[in-house]
Amino acid sequence: MTPDQTSDQARGPAGRQDGAGPRFTRTEDEQQTGAVIGSAGGRTTGGSSRRRRPGGRRRHGPGAETMVEEAEFTSYYGRAVVKPAPWELDIPAYLFSGGLAAGTAMIAAAADLTGRPGLRRGSRLGSLAAVAFSGATLVHDLGKPSRFAYMLRVAKLTSPMSVGTWILTAFAPGAGVAGVAEVLDLVPEDRRGRLLGTAHALSRLVARPANLWAALFGPPLAAYTAVLLSDTATPTWHESYRELPFVFVSSALAASSGWGMIVAPLAEIDPLRRLAIGAALVEIGAERRMEHSLGIAAEPLHEGRAGQLMRASAVLTVAGAAGAAFGGRSRVVSALAGAALMAGSACTRFGIFHAGIESAKDPKYTVLPQRERLEREGPTRHPE
Amino acid sequence: MNPTQNAGYPGNHPPRKGFFTDTSICIGCKACEVACKEWNDVPADHFDMTGTSYDNSHSLNANQWRHVAFIEQPKRMGAQDPGMDPPTAPPTDLGMPTVGLPDAQDGVAGELGEKPDFRWLMSSDVCKHCTHAACLDVCPTGSLFRSEFGTVVVQDDICNGCGYCVAACPFGVIDRRKGPDRAKNVGIAQKCTLCYDRMGAGQTPACAQSCPTQSIQYGDLDELRERANTRVAQLHDAGIMDARLYGNEPEDGVGGTGAFFLLLDEPEVYGLPPDPVVTTRDLPHMFHRASAAAAGMLAAVAIAFVGRKS
Ligand code: SF4
Ligand code: SF4
Ligand code: SF4
Repeated sequence: MTPDQTSDQARGPAGRQDGAGPRFTRTEDEQQTGAVIGSAGGRTTGGSSRRRRPGGRRRHGPGAETMVEEAEFTSYYGRAVVKPAPWELDIPAYLFSGGLAAGTAMIAAAADLTGRPGLRRGSRLGSLAAVAFSGATLVHDLGKPSRFAYMLRVAKLTSPMSVGTWILTAFAPGAGVAGVAEVLDLVPEDRRGRLLGTAHALSRLVARPANLWAALFGPPLAAYTAVLLSDTATPTWHESYRELPFVFVSSALAASSGWGMIVAPLAEIDPLRRLAIGAALVEIGAERRMEHSLGIAAEPLHEGRAGQLMRASAVLTVAGAAGAAFGGRSRVVSALAGAALMAGSACTRFGIFHAGIESAKDPKYTVLPQRERLEREGPTRHPE
Repeated sequence: MNPTQNAGYPGNHPPRKGFFTDTSICIGCKACEVACKEWNDVPADHFDMTGTSYDNSHSLNANQWRHVAFIEQPKRMGAQDPGMDPPTAPPTDLGMPTVGLPDAQDGVAGELGEKPDFRWLMSSDVCKHCTHAACLDVCPTGSLFRSEFGTVVVQDDICNGCGYCVAACPFGVIDRRKGPDRAKNVGIAQKCTLCYDRMGAGQTPACAQSCPTQSIQYGDLDELRERANTRVAQLHDAGIMDARLYGNEPEDGVGGTGAFFLLLDEPEVYGLPPDPVVTTRDLPHMFHRASAAAAGMLAAVAIAFVGRKS
């Protein structure tokens, strides 16, 4: 059973009251002439669809927002026009861990170059774990590992997923080698033996170049995921393409700074405090702008699970930034602030993911903006 | 633009093929749905009733490559002539359901003036085989390809089931097969191939072949577009001013579709997007924004660490 089918049935038996045979009378539900914003969707029939009354009916009753203009639109039994991405929670988990891997690799490289060994180690280990996790989520999404290899058949510039796969493929070895070097470093010298000893010596040589390599691919890795979502017909994702990259890279930096604030010695995390505050400010600012430019497609960001996640994300990010700013010399406060920043970043990814899926399920987010655009600009012209 | 040429086929490729679906003569018989399933071995996936008019095949999806929409509208048909001569003898009551009020049944078949204030819209929907096909653009494996006939086909042995095409299609056509359990290609993206195998053999696609009213017409796209324009003019002359073409315009948001439609109402009434745009149109802008964000990220880390050392 398809998901939209489920929602169809969840809408109740109104359409089935006389399902035993052909119907010639209309149920009250079907006589409804206008689906209104905030309703579960429905269809308008006949002439009313063309006469788009500017005002429309207003919603009354408990909890109704006063005097909100309601738009009418027509749909086919309230069914989705575009299909929601058939993605599970692997994908937002991937968005989060990919961003974390990217940011920590960059922080590790900077820590390495500026002589902050504790931060370097913690960030490299974090990056290794995050990249391994993100690879696992991708493979899990595809179902079996061999399918990942299909991705490497071609390099396609028009496919953000293809480009992203290549970015990840370039990034991962760098982050991996730098991370493994830190792991080997953790093994006490007398327990290394000959083989591990050689590996350790070798890894010390290549760790820095590998880390720098990964740091170079960090920004594209963190930014492409925004394009991955935007280059779809999913209304909330597509319409946010101007701001989403900024939301995602700052969210990645906030999470990575947070990780560093948890694992690194207090003396080394001052740059992270600055980074975290800046990232949090940019994230919140970009998110605000995004909601403005989204228009009606911003609605799913405020409703249901996505709404809860986005609210949690804002609270956690602000709290994390405040902790970073005023946590001062406290180990505990710094670590808590770091954890809040990480959690905030995760909430952002899951929230935007859910909002997009919901926006695809409801035809109004597809039909209304296109109708409005048609009235404003006329039919889209896209030759060539 | 000719997508076939654009895809790198040499100049001697066959003319672009497509569908013209004239919904004004669709009778909702579903022969196309059945023929498609039969020919392409598309599994049935649900046997429940949706309760929405006569539409129990629900939507275009991985197991439904043709889908007939049924719309019940409280609207007069206009002066449309159903194409049948008035009966000379009074109609025999077969006890079949007809449109109209129960007590006006006798008038239904005969006098034009007594048509009920009600009409059916039926439309057989299918993959649009877009000129700018988002599904094809975003596929990371190259599983979706442009055929020599200018159509868009999935190769199920190469598809990795990533589902990106599903989210990218502005018409909500392609889908990843979820079941039934023992069916082939579960987890793989599936959609209409425009009967690639039949076309290669010079045959008409199964759905068009089976359509008893020629609501689904198959042929060279250029010719179909001419035919469609003639038909719209004919309907307008007959007073059916609602008639309009959908997807025939070679410069629309998806560069025109290989399967286009004559509709009798707004596209969204049929569950079609009113002004679809290929999702990759904005890709250059997206790339610029993402590059700016990436550069900002690099700068932010550099500034944070270069700043005063404490
Ligand atoms: S309608 Fe959708 S699935 Fe069909 S070619 Fe166009 S984008 Fe691809
Ligand atoms: S699901 Fe298959 S056809 Fe669709 S984009 Fe992914 S690999 Fe391509
Ligand atoms: S062209 Fe072939 S595959 Fe496509 S809908 Fe018709 S019968 Fe099915």
